[in-house]
Amino acid sequence: MKISKIVGLMTVTILLLIGCEGGSDTNTEATANKEVEQELTEFEMTNGIGPVNEEITIDEIDPELAKEGMQVFDMKCGACHKMDSRYVGPPLGGIMNTRTPAYVMNMILNPEEMLEKHPIAKSVGSEYPTRMTNQQLTREKARAVVEYLAQESQ
Amino acid sequence: MSKMLKKSLLWPFAVVAAIGFLSMGCSSNGEFGSSSDAAEKVYVAPGEHDEFYGFFSGGYNGQLGVYGLPSGRHIFTIPVFSQAAVNGWGYNEETKPMFQTSDGFVPWGDAHHPELSQTNGETDGRWVFINENNTPRIARIGLDEFRTQEIIEIPNSAGNHASSFVTPNTEYVTAATRFSVPMDEDNLQNMDVSIDSYKDNFQGTISFIKVSDEGHMNIDFQIRMPGFNYDLSHSGKGPSDGWAFFTSYNSEEAHTMLEINASKNDKDYIAAINWEKAAEYAANGEGKMIPGEHYRNYIDHEEGGVAKSELIEEVRVLDPRELDGLVYFLPTPKSPHGVDVDPSGRYIAAGGKLSTVIPVHSFDKMMTAIENEDFEGEEQGIPVLNYESILHGEVENPGLGPLHTEFDDKGNAYTTAFISSEIVKWDVETLEVVDRIDVYYSPGHLMIPGGDSQNPDGKYLVALNKITKDRYLPTGPEMFHSAQLIDISGEKMQLLLDFPTEGEPHYAQGIAAEKVKENQKRFYEIEGNNHPHAAKSEKETRVERDGNEVHVYMTTIRSHFAPDNIEGIKVGDEVYFHVTNLEQDWDVPHGFAMKGANNAELLIMPGETMTLKWEPKKVGVFPFYCTDFCSALHQEMQGYVRVSSEDSDVEVSYSTGQS
Repeated sequence: MKISKIVGLMTVTILLLIGCEGGSDTNTEATANKEVEQELTEFEMTNGIGPVNEEITIDEIDPELAKEGMQVFDMKCGACHKMDSRYVGPPLGGIMNTRTPAYVMNMILNPEEMLEKHPIAKSVGSEYPTRMTNQQLTREKARAVVEYLAQESQ
Repeated sequence: MSKMLKKSLLWPFAVVAAIGFLSMGCSSNGEFGSSSDAAEKVYVAPGEHDEFYGFFSGGYNGQLGVYGLPSGRHIFTIPVFSQAAVNGWGYNEETKPMFQTSDGFVPWGDAHHPELSQTNGETDGRWVFINENNTPRIARIGLDEFRTQEIIEIPNSAGNHASSFVTPNTEYVTAATRFSVPMDEDNLQNMDVSIDSYKDNFQGTISFIKVSDEGHMNIDFQIRMPGFNYDLSHSGKGPSDGWAFFTSYNSEEAHTMLEINASKNDKDYIAAINWEKAAEYAANGEGKMIPGEHYRNYIDHEEGGVAKSELIEEVRVLDPRELDGLVYFLPTPKSPHGVDVDPSGRYIAAGGKLSTVIPVHSFDKMMTAIENEDFEGEEQGIPVLNYESILHGEVENPGLGPLHTEFDDKGNAYTTAFISSEIVKWDVETLEVVDRIDVYYSPGHLMIPGGDSQNPDGKYLVALNKITKDRYLPTGPEMFHSAQLIDISGEKMQLLLDFPTEGEPHYAQGIAAEKVKENQKRFYEIEGNNHPHAAKSEKETRVERDGNEVHVYMTTIRSHFAPDNIEGIKVGDEVYFHVTNLEQDWDVPHGFAMKGANNAELLIMPGETMTLKWEPKKVGVFPFYCTDFCSALHQEMQGYVRVSSEDSDVEVSYSTGQS
């Protein structure tokens, strides 16, 4: 009994020690991540990280472009995203009311880096067990998808 | 006391011996291939790539193994002539037609000699061809996707050993019958005759398969040959371009116990074929078209990668007895096996299995002898050239049982000696043996990257050994065959590495990695998916009944199938799961396995559609799932099919994500 208590205490101590080390690792990681986050420019914070490095504005919906975007969306995005409900990924019905076109395009074109470095993408990503995949859209196709999402967000 | 004295006196000797042994171990180049020097030469650091791709025939596993060199790492297996349950090759509806032959569906093959396509006498990284020895066929594998893209059957052939070797611009792939069989005089149809009528009735054929720029194969012509056994081949190059050389044995035309009865003659023949002339004859409509049913099976990329079978009913046959200058026999001792043309194209080396020398013929001398009609006779209407007139020379003392020769870029030849288990290096000009190295054991072919082209990379040699005993951890009576990597960059050959290979590798081909790796497909664009049963979005997924056929149009993406609940299937239905992988990401295939299916799984590449046929035999609810670990939720990637009785009135219905 006594021995088992001692062993138990030792185990706890060791676990604590390991825990401490693990903790410090986490701290280091968090610091590193903060540094990365701090490295993001104001533009990147708003518009995401990736190939789209200028602001994209949508004044009036181009219905032709939106239609093309819908076709691309159905083929490449629709298996994971619905407009009105959470599915594999978040619902996108009102997405253009909360994110900029460039942000959404960067999320489509550069999901790996976005999920690794961008605080918003990371935060949303953490709510879903399946990571967003890169579906190899061209920039033009991603632009069309955004047009479609803008239409759906109206 | 005297004993102790003896011991203490002997000590220094022991130390000297030990030091001697150690130092020998460090500097030796043969048995001590595991020295750190050798290890360094084959070490490819994590994340780094090998310098060469090696394509090793799988022999009786019917496939093509891909190895990285110098590491010897097995990096892939390409299914070719045998069904492969691992990815459904030959089991799924898209690839079953690839196994169509005039003998019906043949799900196994004996893959022997891979050959890389060439341009200007150099390997070009477009395709690998490989022959099937048992049911005569030749496959073309595209190196853009490492997949078999076409298989053509060879008619009027019984065994297809002397293939698949290419001409310097891949104008033709050659093939010759291993076994001669009785063929009627007019149409070469196999006959029901007594086997002991061999000499009267048995004939052989040599085939030339034209390859288009896109890789499509068709048999341009066949040449009728005497009833020998045709063994191996290589095409001429440089000055000898336009010719192809085929070894034969059994010029005795024996039909039983060939070990004795086909080993009687001092010399058999290498058939030298002027294919350029033959091609001209064929183009001019010479010879005659005869019945020769054979299948050409190919993956139709225009139509979604679904294989098609095309039956071709006739073939053109040229007869050397009627057409001048087509074929000459080069007498060659003794039961020659390999025939190899050196990079300069001037010399033709034979491997006389039972010969004590390696005979090397000179192409120049052969041409002079033909010009001068310097014949020692004829064999069934084909001129036999004078041995002494065409000989460049004989390599003396080349080891026992010389089989195959490859070449480096420094004027050296390397021949496997099967019986004495060694590789013998000799100088092509002087014919002197300059080095030899033991291999373990019984080497058949050997390979130097580009070693049968006009531009060898003379850095490594791979010996393909038939016997493996004691080289690796034992695995019962059967062991993988052993390949051995030998450094040939210096004057002395140095054994670097042993590695096991699948099946029974015969020949292999090697090519610099950069000629191949830049052209790799990483996924198939879903927009370009022309499969007739593709569902290119989750919106297109559905289940349709047509009589007792049910077609399920399904999609997969990490980590779900759509639909994943299907009802209304009945016992006795034929259910076709057409599964489209919507991923557009490199190296993310999805699997599809159906409980109780009588075939195999599907492994569907990103952007592709594959079809599994399932005939449910029992009532109940049956799961299906993804076999290829694809994401954290891979295990959740599953679905159910409800199977009702034959007379049930459950309607077809399906859903995804409804609860």
